[in-house]
Amino acid sequence: MRIKCPICGERDRREYYYVGDAIALRRPEPDAGEEAWDDYLHLRDNPAGRTRDLWYHEMGCSAWIVVERDTLTHEIYDTGLASAVTKAGE
Amino acid sequence: MMRVAGRGLIDRETPLGFRFDGREYSGFAGDTLASALLANGVRLVGRSFKYHRPRGILTAGSEEPNALMEIDRNGDITPNVRATVQELHDGLVAHSQNRWPSLSNDLMAVNDLLSPFLGAGFYYKTFMWPSAFWEKLYEPVIRHAAGLGRMRRVHDDTRNEKAFAHCDVLVIGSGPAGLMAALTAARTGVDVILAEQDSDFGGQLLWSGETVAGQPGTEWASDIVRELGAMDNVRLMRRTTVTGAYDGGVYGALERVSQHLATPEADMPAETFWRITTRSAVLAAGAIERPVAFPMNDRPGVMMSSAVQQYLNRFGVLAGKRVAIFANNDGAHRLADDLMAAGATVAGVIDSRADAPRSDAFRVWPGAVVTGTKGRQAIRSVTIRSDGRTFQEEVDCLAMSGGWNPSLHLSCHMNTRPEWSDDIQSFVPRDDAVPGLFAAGAANGDMSTRACLNSGIASAKSALKRIGVTAKAPKSPEAEDRRYVIAPLWEVSNAKGRAWLDFQNDVTTKDVHQAARENMQSVEHMKRYTTQGMATDQGKNSNINALAVLADTTGRSIPETGTTTFRPPYVPVSIAAMGAGGRGKGFAPERFTTSHDLTDQQKAPWIEAGLWYRPSYFPEAGEKTWRESCDREVLMVRNSVGVSDVSTLGKIDIQGPDAARLLDMAYTNMFSTLKTGRVRYGLMLREDGFVMDDGTTARLGDNHYLMTTTTAAAGQVMRHLEFITQCLHPEWDVRIISVTDQWAQFAVAGPRARAVLNGILDKPVEDADFPFMSCGDVAIGGIAGRLYRISFSGELGYEIAVPAGYGESLYALLLAGARAEGGGPYGMEALNVLRIEKGFLTHAEIDGRVTAFDVGMGAMVSPRKDCIGKTASERPGLNGDARCQLVGIRPTGAVKQLTAGAHLFAERAAAVRENSEGWVTSVGYSPVLESYLGLAFLKNGRARHGEKIRLVDHLREVEAICEVSGPVFFDPDGGRARG
Repeated sequence: MRIKCPICGERDRREYYYVGDAIALRRPEPDAGEEAWDDYLHLRDNPAGRTRDLWYHEMGCSAWIVVERDTLTHEIYDTGLASAVTKAGE
Repeated sequence: MMRVAGRGLIDRETPLGFRFDGREYSGFAGDTLASALLANGVRLVGRSFKYHRPRGILTAGSEEPNALMEIDRNGDITPNVRATVQELHDGLVAHSQNRWPSLSNDLMAVNDLLSPFLGAGFYYKTFMWPSAFWEKLYEPVIRHAAGLGRMRRVHDDTRNEKAFAHCDVLVIGSGPAGLMAALTAARTGVDVILAEQDSDFGGQLLWSGETVAGQPGTEWASDIVRELGAMDNVRLMRRTTVTGAYDGGVYGALERVSQHLATPEADMPAETFWRITTRSAVLAAGAIERPVAFPMNDRPGVMMSSAVQQYLNRFGVLAGKRVAIFANNDGAHRLADDLMAAGATVAGVIDSRADAPRSDAFRVWPGAVVTGTKGRQAIRSVTIRSDGRTFQEEVDCLAMSGGWNPSLHLSCHMNTRPEWSDDIQSFVPRDDAVPGLFAAGAANGDMSTRACLNSGIASAKSALKRIGVTAKAPKSPEAEDRRYVIAPLWEVSNAKGRAWLDFQNDVTTKDVHQAARENMQSVEHMKRYTTQGMATDQGKNSNINALAVLADTTGRSIPETGTTTFRPPYVPVSIAAMGAGGRGKGFAPERFTTSHDLTDQQKAPWIEAGLWYRPSYFPEAGEKTWRESCDREVLMVRNSVGVSDVSTLGKIDIQGPDAARLLDMAYTNMFSTLKTGRVRYGLMLREDGFVMDDGTTARLGDNHYLMTTTTAAAGQVMRHLEFITQCLHPEWDVRIISVTDQWAQFAVAGPRARAVLNGILDKPVEDADFPFMSCGDVAIGGIAGRLYRISFSGELGYEIAVPAGYGESLYALLLAGARAEGGGPYGMEALNVLRIEKGFLTHAEIDGRVTAFDVGMGAMVSPRKDCIGKTASERPGLNGDARCQLVGIRPTGAVKQLTAGAHLFAERAAAVRENSEGWVTSVGYSPVLESYLGLAFLKNGRARHGEKIRLVDHLREVEAICEVSGPVFFDPDGGRARG
């Protein structure tokens, strides 16, 4: 599997550390309430198809990357810097 | 001798001697072990797996199910080597397998007589009861009988390699389609890899005897290969089988590097496992001829028609002197021509098609089938049914062909099934089955040479188009373009006797019928019930036949029945090749500190801490056990001074106007309030509220901090800080970088620590101007360094850091200084005891399951700010009396020993899981307090100081009564570190 790092280019997936759903980018406010925090910390969809998750280019440039891919075909649609996603508030 | 003069590509000037089962034979350079054995008239080469039936060479390729051998290189034995793939070299030694005492007299052949009782599902039905028999009797007996080649049961020292390659177009296979594809792609200038599993390029052109562009096929292939070889953008890889297709254009490939050589060079690996990354690929892997299931079709001498042709035309070997051919397609007739031209007698062509083409040169029985064979260890006659008449023909070889199955395996490795083609009565690859992989030639169902050449060009154009390159296609050369005419023939019906499908695993049509009768009608069930296709060849020449028979039995069509799943690898790959380089020290990198060599000179045993190597203890003359050394080192630190390399702790340099905000977010406690020149202990949580790591962070300037992490969590903390700065707060102006390797850092601890330091510092430090938890710049011999007054031992302590290049010199200076003060080095064992005496934490305590509350640091979660993990840490379940809390324990009963991992129970409670009240995380013997000490987590522990508790270690059978206390055993008010 190959993932395109927006900074380094296409690299083998072994260079990356995988975390999970990109929901991690949307950290609730401290007082957002139990439900919001439960959602953020514990509840995850398990889609058969398109998914959006976070990878860390640990053996490369240390960039956190949002990867849009398909869990069925393993096709990677798009990758982008997590910092840009957070800044854009997506 | 079965060698024919004037035929083949072997080098008759280079004879090679070899041994098989102890007998001397000879062959020629260019032979495979299989062709050389056939040339010497050796027909019996192995035994089948289950019934121990005699087995002869069936094929001439990597799909060979029968001719599996042990290759013996001076006692270094490789089992299950296919004789059809093993190239002959001088001095080759091969043994047959799966027979006892000898190949011609195998006592296990008694299984064959028992075969009526050993049919499909035999294991499932027979070894059911009594259940105790399974472990004691059935399994050992079955295991003894099972397996083909022997394991050596010693460490395998064979060296393999792994390698990586990148290209634009990977061409898999070098027959007419592969060569044209490679040529088309290469001439555009893109990077091309041509991988061929054979020792030579050309595919069927090496043996079909066809002409291409008016030249003999072999010469045309050589010309193309010469042109490709002269191009800088082409890599030709022979003896390289592409074994798997993976996501993103990654392919696995196995290269046989030196096993074909009599005397490989010393640095040559046996095999190299390649990971090839390509932007597009052409699958031109050819096709595999399939057998026909007729009674007693497993007799040595019954061979694939194309194999007989290949042995004749490529190796100059006649597989028989009087040959019959049984087929359902035209290929057989070409073989008959070749055999006659080579001087063999063609007993006749038994063609199942009623409208089979006739010949003036040899006999043809149209609409006929073979209903049996005779012969003890090799075929002597064949029984033919033609026009309602059954008769026998004497032969010493029967060539068979049930048609061809495209080698489409790679196209199915990403979970796509192939589609059925009525034209060729087999499966063909689906378009887009593997993104970027385009099938060509026989692998695509193109069965004439002309069609192969054309589809080679077309597939290369598709592959190039995918990567945005337009090709000027080469002209397709003239070649044979006969139509492939085939009538399905899977199983000869109305004939008596067992008809084999899977020759290695002894699966017969009867087994498939029986599986269907017993409702194993799914092809996947049938496979597992009968073991069809589960042999080392993975059913390459038998699976399609088996599912056709299943389809027939169940009244479904073949496409309805479907195929089993194709999975990598395409050919057997040893784990040693896939894991090449990962053995011994290759398993993980090693990280050495700058004091490594000096430490080694002191004979300190090493202990691994992550990838780092750290000294356990420093043995001195007369010390017999590690404990003696450890006790001495602990007392040395408490009474004089010790030196320890702490460079392995993670060091993260943090700079920028928002550095303080980052630290406040990462740590539970405040760092924005820390003054420059000061150091503070910090606790870090995960977002779910549990402790992630701890360590000290120094403020070196207004916008400059240096964080230390534990050795084990350095990578995790770095990732975590990057997460905060990139994912949560990209607006912050802060930069972080790991400087763990840039600084060598040493702890100098003990009452005489300052004396040692002042012996080497350019400017001495005083207690007053460098108090506890302060930091600053220092110089040693003019070299700039950093000094931190921190302590993990509870003693007056400093950590001094210099750029790593000076680490070894500084260590030597510190050691000399310490020795002059009556001190010396101390290792991890002493370091551990010192910190247990002080109740300091390591990852033995903060193991990912404990909270700040549990370790008694709930108050460190600052109420004045947010931090990672703060909200979750306030959850009720993570606080309170029900939690197991950090305590100290000390033995007070007769047993004075404590063990880590033991559980804690009330004094009189039964030591069962339900009664466990906590567990022990760290223990050590304190020579200062003359007692074992332990750190433990105990339910509501902080309220239970002074209580008695029972420690039970079920594994080491230790039971001790302990007193519960606070976790700090020594110098609880911390005066020694401050003073």
